[in-house]
Amino acid sequence: MAALLEARRVSKVFGGRMFARSSTVALEDFSLTVEGDRPSITAVVGESGSGKTTLGRLLLGLLTPTSGQVSYAGQDLQTMSSTDWTSFRRDVQVIFQDPYEVYNPFYRVDHVLTTPVSKFKLAASKAGGRALIEDALEAVGLRPEETLGRFPHQLSGGQRQRVMVARALLLRPRLIVADEPVSMVDASLRATILGSLRKMNEELGISIIYITHDLATAYQISDNVVVLYRGAVAEAGDVELVVKHPRHPYTQLLIASIPLASTERTWTTDGVAASAGLPDPGRSGCTFAARCPSATAPCRQAAPPLFQTDRHRAVSCYLHQSAPPLDGAEMDKVLSHRGG
Amino acid sequence: MRYHTRAGAVTAAADVSLELIADERLGLAGESGSGKSTMVLAILRMIKPPGRIEGGAVWLDDLDLMTLSEEQMRQVRLARIALIPQGSMNSLNPVMRIKDQIADALRDHGVVVSRRHLEERVRDLLQSVGLAPGVADKFPHELSGGMKQRACIAIAISLRPRVIIADEPTSALDVVVQKQVMETLARVQRDLGASVILVGHDMGLIAQFVDRLGVMYAGKLVELSPVRDIFADPLHPYTRMLVATLPSLERKGVFQGIPGLPPLLGALPSGCAFHPRCPHAVDRCRTEEPRFREARPGAWAACHLL
Repeated sequence: MAALLEARRVSKVFGGRMFARSSTVALEDFSLTVEGDRPSITAVVGESGSGKTTLGRLLLGLLTPTSGQVSYAGQDLQTMSSTDWTSFRRDVQVIFQDPYEVYNPFYRVDHVLTTPVSKFKLAASKAGGRALIEDALEAVGLRPEETLGRFPHQLSGGQRQRVMVARALLLRPRLIVADEPVSMVDASLRATILGSLRKMNEELGISIIYITHDLATAYQISDNVVVLYRGAVAEAGDVELVVKHPRHPYTQLLIASIPLASTERTWTTDGVAASAGLPDPGRSGCTFAARCPSATAPCRQAAPPLFQTDRHRAVSCYLHQSAPPLDGAEMDKVLSHRGG
Repeated sequence: MRYHTRAGAVTAAADVSLELIADERLGLAGESGSGKSTMVLAILRMIKPPGRIEGGAVWLDDLDLMTLSEEQMRQVRLARIALIPQGSMNSLNPVMRIKDQIADALRDHGVVVSRRHLEERVRDLLQSVGLAPGVADKFPHELSGGMKQRACIAIAISLRPRVIIADEPTSALDVVVQKQVMETLARVQRDLGASVILVGHDMGLIAQFVDRLGVMYAGKLVELSPVRDIFADPLHPYTRMLVATLPSLERKGVFQGIPGLPPLLGALPSGCAFHPRCPHAVDRCRTEEPRFREARPGAWAACHLL
């Protein structure tokens, strides 16, 4: 089991040293492994401020961890040689949230596709490069003749995002980090984009880390899900277990808040609105304690470790302390594997 | 409603007729560019050039808004129809305290009140949207996204409007906060006895919130039905496909997008605008535009196949 991308005990603190009053712990003691030989889709779910985007940036080497390390094929991203770095930049691709911001408005959309082709010398000839680009566009459901030669403003948001998926695909990466790839796209196009991600995973063996705030789409495409709350893992494991039978009070709250598109009204808009104003939790105790309906004194004193409640799930909550505790660095042990 | 551009005039919304019942929550859904926001702006007469309203009437009780002068219309806005625009939390003035922003709206609409009354009124308004009185003295940057959005709702309801139009009011918020904001909106609507038009493309939010739903496609209303019917047994093929694209927590791994793209408003297909994407299209759909008619009691749609 060779690890493709591995995060070990990664923390990221912004502003000041750790434990300093002015600092913000964006991510704390996070570990995750993406296997090289078994393509998987892992969803990282959390609200704004949960640290999910920080995590994505750390995994891409765009941020330096305050402590811990992120390594690719055994090499620490921060100390790897420039040849390794080049191959990392080719093997690990990213799809960002905003398909409006990633384009230079003065260039035709072809630019984002031809640049990687020439930079990584993907094709021997111009025609060969063109053929590669056309294949990639068709794979995401775009017609090359309707897409190439246009300026970004001439394409819809969904089309632009699909061009970004095509760009990622072009490089035949081994891993794609997709940070909210569909949150700015119309609902009718979300399914198409998520479908092509899933297809890339199944047919081309590309692993995907899907970062989102939307548990419903996470449930749709991923095998495993990691729920983050204020920089810490609340619950992680097999997506069926976490979504269908959530154990952490925060996951339960998240799932109860999803407005489901069905005839069944599961949402009660008749309740009294809960307070959204949150005191800073400080750095001791469970990060969710201030909002948790089941919080007790121990929750406010020390953050709970992970407890392995099921074979494929771990929950960071004292409500489940009868289950065996799991070291944070071993969180990925509970992640399930398709056909494994 | 047409936009006059150098490339020619474009019809952004055509022949849309809607009746909003008192106390009702009506949804307006559609892809981007379907004309839903245009509709809302037209109702408020807030279309800016090169856009122009070419015809039609908007009745509020027995007042035709299209016949009002600009000044009269300005008084109607907020006082009788309030808008919570998309991303409205970013529309707060960053250098004014929340209470001054609320007071501004009251004063502008001729509600002259003493300072003490004003403070009381601001406190009541904040309380009705679930915010602490202390929020009155805060600047927008001191509040979270959900709190800012609720402050905007407070401004919107400050003159007890008959109609509240919310255009994707929660699109930038997290699910938990979104639910709180929608609960707030539901509560103030009930308290005021107002009607709400909720515009958006989040079908989940719409399913959970509205009573009736209008679905727009290429500037026209293609279906208008009770929301339960829309999700249980949609009439129009477009609605059916739209509902089928939604992720659910029951079915896993089925990805069903709508093939094709929405048409360009400048080059609408002949006949039914949806026919190039419709799996059931017949010859008639290519030539003749379907009429919007009542297919079931209370459920309207524009499709030849019904």
